[in-house]
Amino acid sequence: MSRKWLMLVLAMLMLVTVVPVGAQDTQTINYFTFSAAPDHLEDLDLIIQEFQAQNPGIEVVVETAPFSDYFTLLQADISGGAAPDVFELNYENFVTFAANNVLLDISGSISAEAPYYPRALEAFQYDGKQYALPESFSDVLLFYNADLFDAAGLDYPAADWTWTEAIEAAKAIRALGDDTWGLFSPLQFWEFYKKAAQQGECEFFNEDMTESTLNSAGCVEALALMKSFTDEGVMPTAAQLSGVSDSELFLSGKLGMLVTGIWMFGAFADAPFTWDIQLEPGINQKAHHFFANGVAVSATTEKAEAAAAWAEFLTSSEIAATVRVESGWELPALNKPEYFEAYLTQTPPANRAAVFAALESPVTPPVIVRQNEMQDAVNALLTQVADGTLSPQEALDQAKAELDALIQ
Amino acid sequence: MAGERGLQKWKWVAFFLAPSLSGLLLFICYPILSSFWLAFNDWNLLTAPEFVGLANFEELVGDAAFWSALRYTVTFIALYVPLVFVLGLGLALFLNRRARGMLAVRTATFLPVVASWVVVSLIWKWIFNPSYGLVNYGLKLIGIEGPAWLFEPQTAVYAMVITSVWKDVGYVALLYLGGLQGISETYYEAARIDGATRWKSLRHITLPLLSPTMFFVAITLLINYFQMFEQVWLMPMRDSAADRQVEVIVSEVVKNAFSYNRMGYASAMSWVLFVLIFIITFVQLRLQKRWVYYESE
Repeated sequence: MSRKWLMLVLAMLMLVTVVPVGAQDTQTINYFTFSAAPDHLEDLDLIIQEFQAQNPGIEVVVETAPFSDYFTLLQADISGGAAPDVFELNYENFVTFAANNVLLDISGSISAEAPYYPRALEAFQYDGKQYALPESFSDVLLFYNADLFDAAGLDYPAADWTWTEAIEAAKAIRALGDDTWGLFSPLQFWEFYKKAAQQGECEFFNEDMTESTLNSAGCVEALALMKSFTDEGVMPTAAQLSGVSDSELFLSGKLGMLVTGIWMFGAFADAPFTWDIQLEPGINQKAHHFFANGVAVSATTEKAEAAAAWAEFLTSSEIAATVRVESGWELPALNKPEYFEAYLTQTPPANRAAVFAALESPVTPPVIVRQNEMQDAVNALLTQVADGTLSPQEALDQAKAELDALIQ
Repeated sequence: MAGERGLQKWKWVAFFLAPSLSGLLLFICYPILSSFWLAFNDWNLLTAPEFVGLANFEELVGDAAFWSALRYTVTFIALYVPLVFVLGLGLALFLNRRARGMLAVRTATFLPVVASWVVVSLIWKWIFNPSYGLVNYGLKLIGIEGPAWLFEPQTAVYAMVITSVWKDVGYVALLYLGGLQGISETYYEAARIDGATRWKSLRHITLPLLSPTMFFVAITLLINYFQMFEQVWLMPMRDSAADRQVEVIVSEVVKNAFSYNRMGYASAMSWVLFVLIFIITFVQLRLQKRWVYYESE
């Protein structure tokens, strides 16, 4: 045998020995996630190591994909019969998956002492069964530039503000300069269903989900309020923004109030001005976005017990919770104030308590099986309200007709 | 070819074709056939396809989004094709002259063709920016308040047509240039001797002899632009009215397939697009006898 061949055989042997011997008695769980990559893979590893230490014989293998591709890949895996054992789902997509019977009912395997927020746990139930566990939550608040409020001689936003006070303050800030804007809360699906909840008498659908009620007087009022932000001249239109994002505008110090999510804390941390957060102004009542990601177990997994154990550990263990909080990787949906102490003392913003105060008035989006179509249809009509092509009533009449067709 | 030697030869042909042929069969032919089957099914990717007969096609007839997408596609073609057809010809006539540095000019006109749509769209999004873009700056100099271009559906279509013409005119010109250089110089010489003006040479020699190229250009442009996609996907400003309202047929197919998980419906839409392109190409082939002149005939 020539030397070349010998080298080749040796190289092959080395490759073979890399594969662990005795892997037969280890159960491997495939976990598919969008929220961990690219920033929190090491944090996820910490959680996995602790889980594996507590559960010898179970190995967790992580696969990741960016959010934009995640659901296409997940569906391809599921339809190809190669579903990951455990995977992440956001609340909006949860119903679609639950309704198609691809999730395992894990009602029986959750331990009673797992300290989930009841509201968050409910969010991942379908037909009375627990099809996923709440992994993390985030909410949306009013971010304000305190320096601009000082310059305009205004009091800072208060927790009990309504949009009437916010618009008045926005006008005073707008008067500070041609390129200074009062507030930003865009005319789109997400903001709209929340304003609808703040109005209090606007529902997307009737109770038994047979018909859309989106053209009710309450919905028209909520939409008209949103339209008034640009009509009053305190909020820039898309064209006036000219491609500058709302967060860039806020960071440049030219925006008084921005309605956005707590995931922006990091991006705004080094802003060259003082900023803080407050509860979002209401209309007739308060309402705040409650976004949640959940962790589900595949209906076809052969390792249901191990998979459910991992799902529960990932969503409710102390190590998972503290790793998440400390690394700024979303907040665990757990009713355990002691896990959040470190989080509450960080600044900015000073008023982090508002993040939890907002949980007293949570709204989740209206969810139907044909979710993306509903969002696109509503968004397209809202832009026609924004540019004045349709009145709020006309747009919502049309939206009702389109939504009725989608729930048939 | 007959006999054992013929068979032997076919084996070798098959052997050498296999690498590219297997890819073609697996990734082109099989998806085409399965999309035809899917067009008669309801499939959300999560559960098994369910046969629904002609339901997808029936839904298509009443789908406002599909008709709107078809309208935008046709509007786009009606604006784009004549422009690029004529400008490409003009550019080819210009490039066909013998002058110093013409090679550099030819190369420059072809650069946008090889540039990726992502790059092109970034550049033109900047040019069409209503606040700091070149176009509105130029308009302002002559006292015109420019529109919001890529934010509004109507103006976004114009902006995308202009960008597409800029990107494609070099390719069309190259095709024409090939045609022009295939026309024998002797025709022009004879015409000059007979006292023909340049216009008459163009009208009676160049254009007729170029008509096969024109036919090819017209057919390929129409086939390509019924399938237009990149511009519409990349150029409208995010979350603007243009972004949410301007869709063409292929972007509607992509949305239905990958955002709405309606693979069957998206397949039906693709097949309707295929039939549409087939009919238009067929009509063009029939009409060519009236205006296309082949030298050999």
